[in-house]
Amino acid sequence: MNLFSRIYYGFRKFWKAIQLYLVIAGPGLVVMVADNDAGGITTYAATGAKYGYNLIWFLLILIPVAYYVQEMTVRLGAVTKRGHAEAIFNGFGAFWGWFSLIDLMLVDWLTLVTEFIGMTSALGIFGVPPWLTVAGVVTLMGTIVLNGRYWTWEKIALLFCALNLIYIPGAFMVRPSVSDILRQGLVPNFPGGLNGDLFFYLMANIGTTIAPWMLFFQQSAVVDKGMLEKDIPWGKFDTFVGSIFTVVVAIFILIVTGTVLKGIDIDSASQAAEHLMKTDRYVGTFMAIGLFDAGLLGAICISLASSWAFGEIFGWAHSLNQNIKEAPWFYASYFFTLVTAGLVVLIPGAPLVLITLFVQVIAVTLLPAALVFLILLLNDRKHMGDYCNSVTENVIGGLIVVSIVLLSSLYGISVMFPSLFQ
Amino acid sequence: MASSVLRLVHKIREINERYSRPNIEMSRAVRLSLLALRLYLLLLVGLIVYKFVLILG
Repeated sequence: MNLFSRIYYGFRKFWKAIQLYLVIAGPGLVVMVADNDAGGITTYAATGAKYGYNLIWFLLILIPVAYYVQEMTVRLGAVTKRGHAEAIFNGFGAFWGWFSLIDLMLVDWLTLVTEFIGMTSALGIFGVPPWLTVAGVVTLMGTIVLNGRYWTWEKIALLFCALNLIYIPGAFMVRPSVSDILRQGLVPNFPGGLNGDLFFYLMANIGTTIAPWMLFFQQSAVVDKGMLEKDIPWGKFDTFVGSIFTVVVAIFILIVTGTVLKGIDIDSASQAAEHLMKTDRYVGTFMAIGLFDAGLLGAICISLASSWAFGEIFGWAHSLNQNIKEAPWFYASYFFTLVTAGLVVLIPGAPLVLITLFVQVIAVTLLPAALVFLILLLNDRKHMGDYCNSVTENVIGGLIVVSIVLLSSLYGISVMFPSLFQ
Repeated sequence: MASSVLRLVHKIREINERYSRPNIEMSRAVRLSLLALRLYLLLLVGLIVYKFVLILG
């Protein structure tokens, strides 16, 4: 076989692998990109504005952290064919089940409100009134889910994931110094020393990387997609690609704000977009579009995570492959959470800042429980069989879970008692 | 309305009955983890309540 034939067959093999991946791709990629939601974008923008490129190395560490936690949901979903809520009810009984379900409902609804805050403020930059944004988003999200097929929903969600890449050209347009990025960003360092302020930012970045709804969403999506044990390697690969994708996008946001807004205190991503507009209209526009997309993707996934969980426990039909007549309660709960969260943003004088802080505190009560349950369920040989956690996986997963629990708890406490960390 | 509430209560009872017993093997490690989780959540809820008392005060 000559060189050209070898290159041709190599390319064909590679292309077939890509095609196969595009069929399997979905839950892992969507959940990871949706993790860069409105709150996440604000955290990355604020981190870049505060510390420049100095914390890029820390974001890179979060790739394996996100991957190891989320891949466990792939195995659990594919083997047990149960969503995370149902797995907790079944594994630990009604008490822990109700605790997780009610906590999830509360966290999801409050997070959904923050997504609407992000979307309305992003489109507000272009003069779109909040009521029009809320109405448009609810209509768009309704259209996406009501087509009655998981596959279509997933591919539309992947399109919105692709829009998340808008930060990459934005970063090139601000012409950052590559040598500065490599020198300051890739060498682990603590700018200004490991003080309370920096610790708060590190915890916030971890908090945005692993959110409780992600565990529930990905496991339910794996079940709804119909993934089997044989699909687990692809599901893991999908999750790995997603974890790289989400951190790469976060790094580019850091580069944009670290280059243009370093030294400016940023409270929200929309504020960052407004500041960027003054320097470069297009980069500011990209930031605003990215924020809207992040909020939309977050809203799409979060509202589904709740509806899936309720359907699993109450025994309602709860698949995107069923239409509104076949699964009326599933869609009713979906629209109920969506519409009520959207309406809160429209209430004049609603305590939106308080809600944003409250989300972080309540999420801290659910995250440790969900993570501990995840590790315990993955060690249940009776149900998991050969897909049980190995000793290495337990050591890595255990370390990650303990670190996340400690840091996210400290983050929650610091939100409640900010003076403790100053 | 009343019948919907009754149906919901009935459904919740049914769920409680269905998941009345944990299906995971309750080894010592599992029991210890659940105990630690209970203590952790009690501490956290205590802190949240304390914060709200402070805000109200």
